[in-house]
Amino acid sequence: MDSVPNPWFSWDYVSRNWDEVSEQLLIHTTLTLQAVLIATAIALPLAVVARRVRWLTGPILGLTGVLYTIPSFAMFALLAPFTGIGRTTVLIGLVAYALLVLVRNIVVGLQGVDRDVVDAARGQGYTPARMLFQVELPLALPSIVAGLRIATVTTVALVTVGVVVGYGGLGQLMFRGLQSDYRAQIMTATLLCLALALVFDVLLMLAGRALTPWTRRRAA
Amino acid sequence: MSIVSDAWDYVTTAENWTGQNGLTSPTFDGGWRFSQDSILALGLEHLWLSFASVTLAIMVALPLGIFLGHVRKGATATVILSNVSRAMPTLALLTLFAASAIGVGNQAVILAAAIFAFPPILTNAFTGMAGVDPDIRDAALGQGFTRRQVALKVELPLAIPLIAAGLRTATVQTVATVPLAALVAGGGLGVIINSGLALQNYGQVLAGAVIVAVLSLVIDAVMAAMQRAATPAPLREAVAA
Repeated sequence: MDSVPNPWFSWDYVSRNWDEVSEQLLIHTTLTLQAVLIATAIALPLAVVARRVRWLTGPILGLTGVLYTIPSFAMFALLAPFTGIGRTTVLIGLVAYALLVLVRNIVVGLQGVDRDVVDAARGQGYTPARMLFQVELPLALPSIVAGLRIATVTTVALVTVGVVVGYGGLGQLMFRGLQSDYRAQIMTATLLCLALALVFDVLLMLAGRALTPWTRRRAA
Repeated sequence: MSIVSDAWDYVTTAENWTGQNGLTSPTFDGGWRFSQDSILALGLEHLWLSFASVTLAIMVALPLGIFLGHVRKGATATVILSNVSRAMPTLALLTLFAASAIGVGNQAVILAAAIFAFPPILTNAFTGMAGVDPDIRDAALGQGFTRRQVALKVELPLAIPLIAAGLRTATVQTVATVPLAALVAGGGLGVIINSGLALQNYGQVLAGAVIVAVLSLVIDAVMAAMQRAATPAPLREAVAA
């Protein structure tokens, strides 16, 4: 049965197919970045509104929670008949999933800002907008970065489900590897996925540290 | 939209629910499997696959989490495990299993889904047990409780809310993972979506997606109610916050 060698990993496969592998890796990377950036752009105002307008907190968190509960496989399939097969469909789905994590973390971060600090800023004559951008959001940064890290790592994994609509980045390689029963292809795509998630996570962690020097000083 | 009316036609055709030959079909080796042309049979298969995965995960993760939480060891390992499982694509594990000796089909699905159900159960059991106020443990030990009694009669009841929350996360996540089974020749409701895509019958795709989404939301609501029921009233506020 196993007369044809079917290794779990092969450098030969990687070097021979580097064009295809790197193309899917690029798609995977840009799709993740795009999804997280769009989700952040939507999540920030949503979270600020959820924090400022008390009666909207429940509905906003509830709605993003419902979106999050819908299985990704169903989400992509649900969108496919309307947005077609391809990048847009996957992107919309990914943004929907990243939203919940981001909104929740930003709201928690804003809620955690010390009341005394807000009062002091108000006493110094800060306008609400200036308060938000110069006091509340910077102090909420650790929680926001934590949310960004979770959202990014999950998005990297979720992109693969895009195979449902034929646009799964490295997931395409996994799926094709399964169809042609070629283990090295699946393993290569898996390892690249994990590596991509790790790289994004470390970069965000470092960016978070650089942006919040005061948290380090307190720890030391 | 014709897609929407196609989807409506799909779910209002009785035969699509019952299948042409009933809920089960004979297999070549004399056994049986759930008919793949019946929404009801696929739904039952979906629930069975989810149940099997979660049960498998509970059997390993729950005792391990309770034990590790009681002795307060392995916190770092559980954190690393849950982080790695977040980065690991479900599809990767599924296709790796399917390409290995496990083979395509439902075994690969149950095993992969169980592995993803493992971290939330383990982490929550660990956090629940390890998070019990040390003063309460000391008080119990002072009253002459053995360590085993402290674990089972003091820490475990106090950890129940978090354990229930972990089970809810794991179950909902598993129900959402099982649709991927269709990609590795497994069963469950994902089959409706997958065959709809293959036939370019987008009405069926939409119907399948709505059915899977509704099932997930229902399971989430059921698990939320069970989580609430398992949590003693005085502890409810603390979990919600």
